[in-house]
Amino acid sequence: MGTTASQLGKDLLSEYQELTFLTKQEILLAHKRFSELLSKDERNLPNTRVSMERILTLPELKSNPFRERICHVFSTSDQKNGSLSFEDFLDLLSAFSDSATLEIKSHYAFRIFDFDDDGTLDCGDLEKLVNCLTGETDDTRLTTDEMRQLINNILEESDIDKDGTVNLSEFQHVISRSPDFVSSFKIVL
Amino acid sequence: MGTLLSLFVFFTDRSGRITSNPLLDQLPSYQSLLYRRKSSVSGPKRRSSSRGRLGSSSSGKWNMSTFTRPFEKQKSQVTEQQPIRELAKPMAEKRRDKTQRLEEAQELTNWRQWRQSSRRYLRRLRDDAQEWLSSMKLWRGDIHLIEGMFGTGILSYFSFLRFLVVLNLIIFLIKFSFVMLPIIIAPYASGNITYNLNDAGVCSVYPSSARRGLVIFHEHITDLLSGGGFLEQTYLFYGYYKVDKIHFTNVTYNLALAYLLSTIAYLFLSLIWIVKRSARGFKRNLVQDEDRFQSFCNKIFAGWDFCITNENAARLKRSSLLYELKTDLEEERIKQKIADRTRKEKCRIYLIRLILNLFVIGVLAACFYTIYVATIFSQEAQMTKIKVNFIVDLIYEYLPSIVITLANFITPLLFSVIINYEDYSPAFEIRFTLMRCVFMRLTSIGVLLFSLWSQITNCEEEPCICGYNHLLYSCWETRVGQEMYKLTIFDFITIVAVTIFVEFPRKLIVKHCDCGLAKWWGQQEFAIPQNVLEIVYGQTICWIGTFYCPMLPAICTIKYFFIFYIKKVSLINNCRPATRPFRASSSNFFFLGVLLIGLALACLPVTVSVAQINCSHACGPFVNFNTSWEVLPTTISQLPSGAQTLLFALSSEAFAVSFFVITWYVFQPGILAFTKHFFLCLAGIVTIFPCFFSSLAMFYVIALAGAHKRVINQLRDQLAMEGRDKRFLIQKLCQAQRLSPVRSPVSKSKPRSPSYHTSFASNFSEGVFLAHSPPDSSTHV
Repeated sequence: MGTTASQLGKDLLSEYQELTFLTKQEILLAHKRFSELLSKDERNLPNTRVSMERILTLPELKSNPFRERICHVFSTSDQKNGSLSFEDFLDLLSAFSDSATLEIKSHYAFRIFDFDDDGTLDCGDLEKLVNCLTGETDDTRLTTDEMRQLINNILEESDIDKDGTVNLSEFQHVISRSPDFVSSFKIVL
Repeated sequence: MGTLLSLFVFFTDRSGRITSNPLLDQLPSYQSLLYRRKSSVSGPKRRSSSRGRLGSSSSGKWNMSTFTRPFEKQKSQVTEQQPIRELAKPMAEKRRDKTQRLEEAQELTNWRQWRQSSRRYLRRLRDDAQEWLSSMKLWRGDIHLIEGMFGTGILSYFSFLRFLVVLNLIIFLIKFSFVMLPIIIAPYASGNITYNLNDAGVCSVYPSSARRGLVIFHEHITDLLSGGGFLEQTYLFYGYYKVDKIHFTNVTYNLALAYLLSTIAYLFLSLIWIVKRSARGFKRNLVQDEDRFQSFCNKIFAGWDFCITNENAARLKRSSLLYELKTDLEEERIKQKIADRTRKEKCRIYLIRLILNLFVIGVLAACFYTIYVATIFSQEAQMTKIKVNFIVDLIYEYLPSIVITLANFITPLLFSVIINYEDYSPAFEIRFTLMRCVFMRLTSIGVLLFSLWSQITNCEEEPCICGYNHLLYSCWETRVGQEMYKLTIFDFITIVAVTIFVEFPRKLIVKHCDCGLAKWWGQQEFAIPQNVLEIVYGQTICWIGTFYCPMLPAICTIKYFFIFYIKKVSLINNCRPATRPFRASSSNFFFLGVLLIGLALACLPVTVSVAQINCSHACGPFVNFNTSWEVLPTTISQLPSGAQTLLFALSSEAFAVSFFVITWYVFQPGILAFTKHFFLCLAGIVTIFPCFFSSLAMFYVIALAGAHKRVINQLRDQLAMEGRDKRFLIQKLCQAQRLSPVRSPVSKSKPRSPSYHTSFASNFSEGVFLAHSPPDSSTHV
């Protein structure tokens, strides 16, 4: 199943509508943008995967500091190389769409922020997260003291069982009380 | 949701799959949570499927015994399942779930099947309807573009602007359909208009202000800009509506009553709409209004705007985040420093603050006095009708507007300088300065109106014969309408002029010139608070002015329409994102809060003029009454007595209170936000309507009590849960202690505790895994 044929069938379209949060227009637009990423001969093959480099040329992802993590999280490829099929792409857009629930968004946000994929956000993850947010060059980083103070504050606010890491439930709890999350965790094509 | 610990606490094995902790799943608080989340299948479903993947031998048994009770509940509620798309799984798995559900659905009864499919159909219908509605929204493409370039903070400003356009349009439609439309269609619908009787007294002399003789072109312009001359006797102003009643074939339309009621209606409608809008975006934070406990998490986890598509904007967003984080960390250090202040330092700081606040009050008083003087001068200049020069005349006409604009330009700069010496924490500094600016902006309108009224009610021989100065102001409402009209026009001219003559040159200078001026001035930032104050100021004028100038909402709609495009062009070409970003959530609250303050301040003059000041006898629909309010009691006294008693009962206190209590239950989420601001801001009106005041106070107290009761219940539940958890854990501990010194009998006791040596048993001692259901099962009966 799945297709990258030039036209989406009606059944497939309605199935995607049911399984994602996207509207018909959005799915068609996604299909169009995805096909543009493929070369001519790849377009007629079913189930093609687009490599991560090509996905990252999309303007919506190009300037995003988490772009590689996003690709890794939504990729279902066996080689773990971050390549996305069309259905992965739809899953991505669905999680980032306007009508996605808070639970979905927070679940995927947790996985995106978990840089070492160990299921919890520990100090290393948080430090990488902050550096992604502020910029990678030396003059845009926080000083070590500031970083330590910041990570302590974050853990104090979110780590409930005081084990030094933020797990999924603690993260979801913090997110549920964060007023800006839903409006900022959004990608619209 | 107090059971934080037991909320989906997951562990992962090496492969990164999120699995669950069996011990914590047994906690009573978690079990009751599962029960409460009836329609959520994701928890146990995820667990069961992930366990299947692990291939653990005991997983099946684990499922059956421990989860029998809640799992059966889930099974029986399979028709109330979460929609598949709300599960966090890749597409292939969602498809598998869907086919699985369809198979399960085949086993259901016909009724259940029909219910499921109809629910699915309705959901799709609702999605399509929402999609269609949102495509109808004004300026959708433009706002999306702005969001991509500048983020959600500035986006909220533009969607606020869009809201005001729609609001003004609706207000205009109300006024038009109830006041103007009957007059217009009267000749076509065979209506007989009765005009107000001119009793030929001295009060009802209304000299025409139309220009006679040859009219020079620039006089037309003066008229257009000042609302005088040919514009005065048009539908634009109050004075033109001399109609008393319109007699159609079957019904008599009381225009005076309609005029008054439409005024009350649009004020009320604005209030309800603003409250509803603030409640929508604000439901979550209602009881935890000032949740500063999570500011860091909010900034880090929700800090990045995923909508940003522009590389430049991304770079600026990063630097603004960095700036914000550094500021917050510094603020924390400053707070620590403040807490460590000695007593002597505190005295010194308080003294400085006192002096500076007195200075601020002095500055404000000086500004208000200047506005007062300017208004009086302007009115006298218009009265004496000495024409000096076209430009000078115009300046005299616009003098109050000019003074207000200048004051509103200088005082924020002054305030931002003063606040530096008052030594507050940075966040408080911003808010306090903003509050001062808001106060300045909105009170200046009040001062203008006050000075106008003092002129109007100031006669040579006290007391005034007609209740107002009929010699100078034969139709004072039209005069006030003209002043409001002038304020609106001047406001629009100012915005356009500042954009063209300040912002564009600034961009050119900064871009092409490398001098010190360019470096110091820097590129324009889109300062959201100042811009919001600007449009709230305009909207307040519109609310006040609509009573005197019924077409003002239409003018404001057109004005805001153009302002949208002007601001958008200026933003895209001249501005860079603010270094101190404005959070989207707090901005919504700020915008609507300031708008509510403006509305409350607008209600005050309208109420006073309707209820207290004698309406003019020479023009307008209320000629036959003393004050505009009188039309209401007069009409009621003409109704049949049954209707009268009903209306009196409606306006009595008892009914008002019960009505408010009922509406509180209906509008529950928004009520606290509504009452807090509404109550604070309507203190003025409160003195005029005592019964309204007491019902409102009762309403506020009831609402507050309700909100506190909710919190109390939540906390009580939480406490009970914690107690049960503690008991359960203590039991487990005792069992573990009993079992641990005796290792070998574990194998004998296997039948009692079937193998729970799952892959994550290594994390816990084996004895802890027992097959007992939670001790206190009353939580999930």
